[in-house]
Amino acid sequence: MYPSRFAYESPKSLAEAVALLDAGKGEAKILAGGQSLVPMLKLRFAFPEKLVDINNIPGLNYIRFDADGSLHIGALVRHEDLEFSDEIARRQPTIAAAAPLVADPIVRARGTFVGSVCHADPQGDWAATMIALGGHLVVQGPKGKRTIEMKDFVLGPYATALNYNEIAIEAVIPAPKGKAVGGYLKLERRVGDFATASVAIALDMDGDKVLRAGIALAGVGGKTIDANDEAAILVGEKLTEENIAKVAELVAAKAEPRTDHRGSSDYKRQIVRTFVKRILTANSIQKAA
Amino acid sequence: MSLDEIKIGGMGASRRRVEDNRFIRGKGNYVDDIVLPGMLHMEILRSPVAHARIKSIDTSKAWDMPGVRLVLTGEMMAARNLAWMPTLSYDTAAVLATDKVRFQGQEVCAVIADDPYIAKDACAAIVVDYEILPVIVNPIQAAAEDAVQIRDDKEGQVGNKVFDWEIGDKARTDQAFADADVVSKIELHYPRTHPSPIECCGSLADYDRATGKLTVYMTSQAPHIVRAAVALVAELPEQNIRIVSPDIGGGFGNKVPVYPGYVISILASILTEKPVKWIEDKTGNLISTGFGRDVYLKGEMALRKDGKILGIKMNTISDHGAFFADAQPSKFKIGLMHSAFACYDIPTAYMFSTGYYTNKSPGGVAYRCSFRVTEAMFFQERMVQAAADDLGMDQAEFRRMNFVKDDDFPHRTPFGFLTDSGQYGKCLDIGLEAIGYANFEAEKAEAASRGRLLGIGISTMTEPLGAGNSREYDILGIKMFDSAELRIHMTGKAILRTGAKTQGQGHETTWAQIVAHELGIPAEDIVVEEGDTDTAPFGMGTYASRSTPVAGAAVAMVSRKIRAKARKIAAHLLEVSEEDIEWELGRFYVRSNKDRGVTIQECAMAAYSNMPDGMEPGLENNAYYDPPNLTWPFACYIAKVEIDPETGVWDVLQFVAVDDCGVRINPMIVEGQIMGGLTEAYAMANMQYQTYDEEGNCIGANYMDFLLPTAWETPGFELYEVVTPCPHHPIGAKGIGECATVGGPAAFVNAVMDALKHKGVRNIDMPLMPNRVYEALTTGNDVYGMPPVRSGN
Amino acid sequence: MSLFEEVKTQPNDDIPVRRITINVNGEARTSNVEPRLLLADLLRQGLKLTGTHKGCDTTNCGACTVLFDGRPIKSCTMLAVQADGHNVKTVEGLATASELHPIQEGFKEKHGLQCGFCTPGMMMAAAALLEKNLNPTEDEVRWALSGNLCRCTGYQNIVKAVLWAAEKMRAESN
Repeated sequence: MYPSRFAYESPKSLAEAVALLDAGKGEAKILAGGQSLVPMLKLRFAFPEKLVDINNIPGLNYIRFDADGSLHIGALVRHEDLEFSDEIARRQPTIAAAAPLVADPIVRARGTFVGSVCHADPQGDWAATMIALGGHLVVQGPKGKRTIEMKDFVLGPYATALNYNEIAIEAVIPAPKGKAVGGYLKLERRVGDFATASVAIALDMDGDKVLRAGIALAGVGGKTIDANDEAAILVGEKLTEENIAKVAELVAAKAEPRTDHRGSSDYKRQIVRTFVKRILTANSIQKAA
Repeated sequence: MSLDEIKIGGMGASRRRVEDNRFIRGKGNYVDDIVLPGMLHMEILRSPVAHARIKSIDTSKAWDMPGVRLVLTGEMMAARNLAWMPTLSYDTAAVLATDKVRFQGQEVCAVIADDPYIAKDACAAIVVDYEILPVIVNPIQAAAEDAVQIRDDKEGQVGNKVFDWEIGDKARTDQAFADADVVSKIELHYPRTHPSPIECCGSLADYDRATGKLTVYMTSQAPHIVRAAVALVAELPEQNIRIVSPDIGGGFGNKVPVYPGYVISILASILTEKPVKWIEDKTGNLISTGFGRDVYLKGEMALRKDGKILGIKMNTISDHGAFFADAQPSKFKIGLMHSAFACYDIPTAYMFSTGYYTNKSPGGVAYRCSFRVTEAMFFQERMVQAAADDLGMDQAEFRRMNFVKDDDFPHRTPFGFLTDSGQYGKCLDIGLEAIGYANFEAEKAEAASRGRLLGIGISTMTEPLGAGNSREYDILGIKMFDSAELRIHMTGKAILRTGAKTQGQGHETTWAQIVAHELGIPAEDIVVEEGDTDTAPFGMGTYASRSTPVAGAAVAMVSRKIRAKARKIAAHLLEVSEEDIEWELGRFYVRSNKDRGVTIQECAMAAYSNMPDGMEPGLENNAYYDPPNLTWPFACYIAKVEIDPETGVWDVLQFVAVDDCGVRINPMIVEGQIMGGLTEAYAMANMQYQTYDEEGNCIGANYMDFLLPTAWETPGFELYEVVTPCPHHPIGAKGIGECATVGGPAAFVNAVMDALKHKGVRNIDMPLMPNRVYEALTTGNDVYGMPPVRSGN
Repeated sequence: MSLFEEVKTQPNDDIPVRRITINVNGEARTSNVEPRLLLADLLRQGLKLTGTHKGCDTTNCGACTVLFDGRPIKSCTMLAVQADGHNVKTVEGLATASELHPIQEGFKEKHGLQCGFCTPGMMMAAAALLEKNLNPTEDEVRWALSGNLCRCTGYQNIVKAVLWAAEKMRAESN
């Protein structure tokens, strides 16, 4: 219910924040939205020596489509900023579909997209979305910036490729090759529940032909499941009942669900299978064709 | 011109609530809002394991922390004879563990410190060495011959059985089964769940050494029971114990028992000579306080081939956790489970019930259930559904033909209760019409063409409320009457106190409406107080929907006593004899000349300034009401659901509730109670449960795992009313608080079962989570028991 | 020395304390707090604004919801130090000196509360919704309140209360 003691800093610049992480030698933790970290502190599942609050660092709160069509999401963008963005709704349908399903509306007002990706909860919605979209993170450390592809970012439950002295400052979703279509479905027993299973699908279409396909899963394994290889069978094809069913089977087989009180592993595969079919069959996709 | 009863906020008025004025401003006065000078804070260290011998406890690091004032262990409690306390079911429960811990979450130590953060730090620094023992997590394990004995502290206890109990006529029932054309059988488990009001339990104990007075502010639905318990157990003199229940953030039965935290905070205050506040966290509440349900049923129904029910057999097995701490009338070991089938005309029945100890939290009877009546009515309606299906009969017609008919009252139920009134058929008719029953087959076919499965589920019941008459009902020997004390001030305003304790039911608003009805004093002129044992007349508190039937009756009776005295005053003021006086709302008048009269306010003033010769001044009285019988509200709940066969997810398309709770004091509040109860019914049917893995770890000890529906999942409800006044209640009211929670779950479950009937599925135990529905509909098998919690592939 | 008392002497080095100023309901409030102090506890114990309630320990129930720079936040899931220099509005700040907020009126009028414990958080979440959308549908109200749990009412009257308030606020803004 109450966290153990820690020190707290509220730097005014990225450089300062990075320096604090560096000095902390792994005992300092970034505080952004806090909607995952503070609950862990309260339950004493996490007990860092120092929190580095980045909320007062200017220049991190932006949702920006560049001229090349790539999407840049700054570290302090809240989930609800994406949920309520008209431009996101028009141009990034997978993100638009996932945003309302993250946690609950009050948590969405504070929690951040980038922070959620870095938290790497196996049930996290945004890590799956990023993998399906083929995105990457821009991170800053003492030696400067580097990028980490999303597919290389999540190493295991709550474990990422970030070094202890690095901060993820931006998520980048590459420009779609054609028209972006996609969707996100999540089976939760009530709003705010952890997912029984979630499916993120992002396709780039040229007319009715698939130029690029990305699929990722949450809640059905020890970490986010990358099913982009399975999705690849759609590339160069039109979407048909047949290949939709085939990719649904392949993706369901790629999942690594565990039997628990949310359901058997077979049931969770069934959800994955069903959700893949439904997203691909959905109107928004057919209309793009 | 006579007063308009609705305008003065009398009965039938949807009077807006008095208590809202402070709640909407954030000015409620809940236990955690109360601050006393020098107050200390208490946190409890709980056992992480389910069954273990305590080898050692090292509290030295806790004592050393700055800000820590006191660290209590079971040994220290035992030295003061306070390590164990009596429960409301004549068992004993540990306050702080001494020899063993017997459930995960059991209280082991308590730290009292300057603030709760420090107290929590100190708890984390206590080291307990546990020697793990075998764990029992269900009655089957508990009953095994070689099972470890959980209650080795109890002299004379053999094995893990708590009780055997039976009721009914075994021989006659066996004969009915022998004569039956069809016997319908079903096995059910009503899973463990938890009342979980949003506000957790807590107390602020303040022992004043100078005066010897102990004041305890606490979350209690029954402050007088607590005072009695403290007087008997702690041997403090009763007149020096003051229990105050201020605003309570929801009870639902969870706040009836006396919990270790309260007792420890009282001792801590005595030892530290400071006020000690204990507020548990949600995990503490869910893992250790009074849970609900966890009962298994083997049910059998003897049937004639035309559909007449000839007899009922019920065998129940209940799981009581580590201590038998049910809060229910002492005569009935399984509460009022035998109220099942009260609305049906059945000649004979027999029930055999067994209870067991397990390594789980103690309790069992809480949660908006009127002493196991939730279990009784759920089992009843699931058995009825199964029987109708086994006979191939329509669900509504099967119920209708077996209902007690309107003119068959008083009616003796198969287990011996006496019901007094009902219009069951009318309720059913209204429900069927509203849900569109006649058109359902067409609707079902249309949905099937879209690949969806539709089902309708009916639940009809009458249930006993208002425990209860002193012949049969007591808790720890104290009879279950209730009380009201009413004083009319000289300007005709009033203050009313009762022995009930509202936790959201709106007593401050509704009791005044009864007084307004009886005396014609506008409700807004009447202040209502409850919950302070120094001032409130003795009552057994608010749970089991007993307040309107019992305390509400007392309010009516005390108002009538006052009216009787006022009549004498009126005669004196009008200079006529009492026989010439008539009454209309708020006013006495001379029969022969209606224009000559005096208001109740004028009588009140006269009681202080112009009394008749020989009459005692003042205008006040009290009433203690021993209800002559239980009351019998009844209901018909019908759910229409749609299942997505590819995922097992089901949605409620429509829900109809037809309730007869007798005369309604405040229709708005009655509807609020029904909707709240239906939501809890929906929660249990859909997602809300607690279970334990084989190591005794509790699943459902926080709000991430113990699921409550939000505004998004919760369906809308259509409410209808029937009014059959209670024949023995002074204002004809029956009570309503728990009806919807009692009757609601079966409507949802029966609806899903109806949608799956064609697959050959007969039962899915609650919660009907999507994966369980999917399993049933794809395999055609029933799904029994709790969701599995072991991880594996 | 308690977490909630003002620091009168030099703080112990082991217990780092920060001096923060938060604008609470329009008034600047200064306190000395440990970093780990939750905002909900500062409001309730430090500032004696007990209208904000604590109902769970896993950020689910929403009884602690307040407005932080106009957006809703579960105050049990924010550190008090993070609110330094920011604006916080609690239920005590909904009404003006002379008038209840239409949301408060709506909750009373439509019987949107019973025990009252979830009510402050529920109303603040509703206030955040109506700040963005003064004409929500029933679904939009249910969605916006899906982070706040209630055990008493079954939500139906809460939704009616918010729609009542929205209608009144639309009329007043015309």
